[in-house]
Amino acid sequence: MRVPVSWLREYVDLPTEVTARELAAKLIAAGLEVETVEEVGADISGPIVVGRVLEIEELTGFKKPIRHCRVDVGAANGSGEPQNIICGARNFSEGDLVVVSLPGAELPGGFKIGARKTYGRMSEGMICSASELNLWEDHAGIIVLPEGTAEPGTDAFELLGLREDVLDIAVTPDRGYALSLRGVAREAAALYEVDFRDPAEAEPIEENGEGYPAEIADIDACDRFVLREVSGFDSDAPTPMWMKRRLALAGMRPVSLAVDVTNYVMWELGQPLHAFDRTKLSGGIVVRRAEAGERLETLDHVVRDLDPDDIVISDASGPISLAGTMGGLDSEIDDASTELVIEAAHFSAPNVARMARRHNLHSEASRRFERGVDRELPLRASARAVELLTRLGGGRPGGLTSVDPKVPGPAPIVIAERHAARIAGVDYPEGTAARRLRQIGCEVVEEGDTLRVSPPSWRPDLTDPNDLAEEVIRYEGYENIPSIPPRAPVGRGLSPGQRLRRAVGRALAGAGFTEVLSYPFVGERDLDGLQVEADDARRDALRLANPLNDDEPFLRTTLLPGLLKTLVRNVGRGFPDVALFEMGLVYLPKEGMPAAPLPGVDRAPTAEELAELEAAIPHQPRRVAAVLAGDREPAGWWGQGRAATWADAIEAAREVGRAAGVEITVRPGRYAPWHPGRCAELYVTVDGGEVLVGHAGELHPRVTKAYGLPARTAAMEVDLDPVERAREAVRAPEVSTYPVATQDVALVVETSVPAGEVEAALREGAGELLEDVRLFDVYTGEQVGEGRKSLAYSLRFRAGDRTLTAEEATAARDAAVAVAAERVGAVLRG
Amino acid sequence: MSAPNNSYDPVEVTSLHPDEVARMREEALAAIAGASSLEELKEVRLAHAGDRAPLALANREIGALPPAAKADAGKRVGGARRDVSEALKRRQAELEEERDARVLVEEAVDVTLPWDRVSRGARHPLTTIAERMTDIFVGMGFEVAEGPEVEAEWYNFDALNFQPDHPARTMQDTFFVEGAGGRPSGLVLRTHTSPVQVRALLTRELPVYVVAPGTTFRTDELDATHTPVFHQLEGLVVDEGVTLAHLRGAIDAFVSRMFGEGLTTRFRPSYFPFTEPSGEVDMQCFVCRGASVGNPDAPCRTCSSEGWIEIGGCGVVNPRVLTAAGVDTERYSGWAFGLGVERTLMFAHGVRDMHDMVEGDVRFTSAFGMEI
Repeated sequence: MRVPVSWLREYVDLPTEVTARELAAKLIAAGLEVETVEEVGADISGPIVVGRVLEIEELTGFKKPIRHCRVDVGAANGSGEPQNIICGARNFSEGDLVVVSLPGAELPGGFKIGARKTYGRMSEGMICSASELNLWEDHAGIIVLPEGTAEPGTDAFELLGLREDVLDIAVTPDRGYALSLRGVAREAAALYEVDFRDPAEAEPIEENGEGYPAEIADIDACDRFVLREVSGFDSDAPTPMWMKRRLALAGMRPVSLAVDVTNYVMWELGQPLHAFDRTKLSGGIVVRRAEAGERLETLDHVVRDLDPDDIVISDASGPISLAGTMGGLDSEIDDASTELVIEAAHFSAPNVARMARRHNLHSEASRRFERGVDRELPLRASARAVELLTRLGGGRPGGLTSVDPKVPGPAPIVIAERHAARIAGVDYPEGTAARRLRQIGCEVVEEGDTLRVSPPSWRPDLTDPNDLAEEVIRYEGYENIPSIPPRAPVGRGLSPGQRLRRAVGRALAGAGFTEVLSYPFVGERDLDGLQVEADDARRDALRLANPLNDDEPFLRTTLLPGLLKTLVRNVGRGFPDVALFEMGLVYLPKEGMPAAPLPGVDRAPTAEELAELEAAIPHQPRRVAAVLAGDREPAGWWGQGRAATWADAIEAAREVGRAAGVEITVRPGRYAPWHPGRCAELYVTVDGGEVLVGHAGELHPRVTKAYGLPARTAAMEVDLDPVERAREAVRAPEVSTYPVATQDVALVVETSVPAGEVEAALREGAGELLEDVRLFDVYTGEQVGEGRKSLAYSLRFRAGDRTLTAEEATAARDAAVAVAAERVGAVLRG
Repeated sequence: MSAPNNSYDPVEVTSLHPDEVARMREEALAAIAGASSLEELKEVRLAHAGDRAPLALANREIGALPPAAKADAGKRVGGARRDVSEALKRRQAELEEERDARVLVEEAVDVTLPWDRVSRGARHPLTTIAERMTDIFVGMGFEVAEGPEVEAEWYNFDALNFQPDHPARTMQDTFFVEGAGGRPSGLVLRTHTSPVQVRALLTRELPVYVVAPGTTFRTDELDATHTPVFHQLEGLVVDEGVTLAHLRGAIDAFVSRMFGEGLTTRFRPSYFPFTEPSGEVDMQCFVCRGASVGNPDAPCRTCSSEGWIEIGGCGVVNPRVLTAAGVDTERYSGWAFGLGVERTLMFAHGVRDMHDMVEGDVRFTSAFGMEI
């Protein structure tokens, strides 16, 4: 909402010394967010004066007709002699009053005016157009001032309002009243505690004859409807300059007097108006809901299919206007309209909001109706419009139609006198609340400790006790609220899951991975790139109804696409050795996708409603994933580097397990997008049962190709929730100080036997004396034969209560080997 | 080996003769002084201080002397052995020092060589700053509440007093989730962390003191100052007798812990459907502390010479929200706030462009390390 300060001052006696910035600060402190204070015309300077054209000499021989003018600028040029000025415009005659920039003036855009030779003559200045002075948009030629405006030589700055401070206010959705000069002026008057003149309280206007017939068919759609007529209007009458200027400052384009007046009154009072051409109407007007199948071509030349929820103004021909949103093309006033019908009404706010959204028609009118317009305004605003139209455009007022179905006003709000004080935590003096509420226009009846408050008609937003408290507190000053630390009860700190996430993040960062937060939006292509099958559960993704990018309408079901694309980006930026991780939610639709209900809000949802809500919320497990490519360790002066491999990805998953204090069991697996021979299934034990929590390994070569990844890029993805559930309290180990007995064994097994299984067998067979087992060598080759491998383990035995004898250690070792032999066919290598 | 001499017969023992002891001592000392390396000294030690060394053998003979002579002989032999032992120790130290001076110099390396064999990782600064913000409130006794990112409209809007056709509802540019068969699902990507307020109130015992950090979504295209996926930290207190003064106290505590002691805050009235009264919170610019206002010679890039930085919205929980969450509004009231995590990071660490937080360039994230 753009508010020219001089216009505002018309209604409020602000002290003259108050600057626009001070006013802005005051309004901001009261809740009207002034985003900018624009100093319009600050880039205009120097002598700009009124001139009278004395002589025009038409110059010929140029590409376009040019005039050499002698212009009386009074004493403004110092000499009193007429100025010689070359001018290309043709919309003026000798004797006209014009606006002249003299040499030394500077116009918007750093355009400096000087005396210079042009078209073979000296030109000592410029006759200005409205656009050149940034007054308003007008390309019809230079400004011709009405006769009698001022004497030649008069300074034009004041006369035309060349300089003006304009406040641009971002009005919050609750303060519809502030979308008018009237509303902002009332606020300013109350803040400065000075007089306010309500522009809505204009002189009553005469009425001639019957009003145009009108009725309201649906009182829920419209509860106030006013029509006023003007007849014999001069359609050629120009909009006065002051009005054009104000409209331009407010951000509107002057169009024609009739249109400009409706816009002017809307800006002034906040009441959207619509002007019909009476000669284009047929029969009585009815405000009603649209019927299915009805259509209307609106002013923007769009033919719209109407919805039975739309409110329309209709006549015998059908709908002629979309209520409070946009008028119809056929009934609109045009350049020749002389018989006008001005509509001012009060439409249902939520209904207009729906219409604006449905038709994607967000107009200045709908903006106001959505936020609430003063129901008592239509009569006054229409009178104000008719007064302006007849005063500026001739003609005479016609009849008045006022449809005023008696709707009960809202009941008064009863609040405790101390309500605002209690909310603010400030001990306001008694009587403060009543005084402040009266200042904003409420009627207040004091009844002991309570106040019975009736908000004014222009504040439909005031419905609850806390709304009134806010009014009191903001006038008493938010800045005066003291600062008292809250006293929370003793908290439990972070939950185990929250601590785990931090631990996992630190562990992976400590292991050399850099965290990424990628967008969860994915497309078909991302899933194709992962080589997941057509019936893979990961393709069953939630779809957004309004994605930002039509190629990425889905919500991720795996963290990998975002990570892989980020990896590619880093490689592209010259970092071939990358290790990244991400922790975040994936979104998994529930079977059948039951729609979420909308329980009432006048009470807590019932247990059934809550259950229904939860049933509709998709599964959103938290995952952690990592990807890596290039060198895990770079080559350096120490020697060779080490390329990142499938093993690093599995180790990253183990790192997650270690951060949680949970052992991750690794088994060979096959799962897209991993290389079928280099893919690990990852398990944890929850409540005695093994749970698959994810996969790790090298990516399938087709995946690396699809994503443009470096060869042998590796990845892992793990579900964090079961990892958290797998946590168990650690029992301190008993640390034996007896000596260790170490036994090494080399076992030969089939190549296909996973080392993990061999180790598990050894552990089980070795029994309680086993302290640790470690694989220290893997050998394949002639000595063990084709299709076989030798695994060399170091077994450490120790007892808690004695030094083990060599026999005991050997017996334990033999037991371990025996289980390995039985379980996986391991043969002790001789 | 000699048996103890229990008789009183004076026995002449040559090796214990004073001259002999002195000679052995001199010999030993000369050998020690003559040892030019630790290896030689080791030999000398064996020869002159070992079990078979002359002085050690002489020592054994003392027992054979008559009692009157024992003390004298013991004193002389003991003294000689002590001298030898000390000389050995001294020479050992000298030789070690010589060796150290030589060998350790030979072993010197260039300690400025890089050893970046293990690459450095880092956590995302939005993660770590959100943790820091959270921890400030956890330190005040708050707990951390959570909710889903794909959220029911009821939680995201209705329960928060966003009425179906109110402009406030459409002002939050919302991602809607498509339901089965293209029908509405009643689900959105949460546009703010405020639905966690309702979840916390429905599931926790009163009083409630919680913060809810989390990811939020709006249909803004990514540019220097906007991102469709961003982060907020919600705060909620519902208790008996709480006031705006406590809200301000909590925010002030946050600002001073996060940005520096002594910074003031400013509340401005604003509007949110779920709070009434509502406000915006500005904090004094922590860089210029207001010194740049009206001072074109010292402009401040952090606050654009406004002196204030907007950090979030807040207010008294609208009793309609408490009602929808089943809280007795006669007894309890509350307040809530929402802080922008991206904004906090931008201000606290001078991040200029949202792209940097989103793109995952390792150079950006690495700069922040493990903690912020």
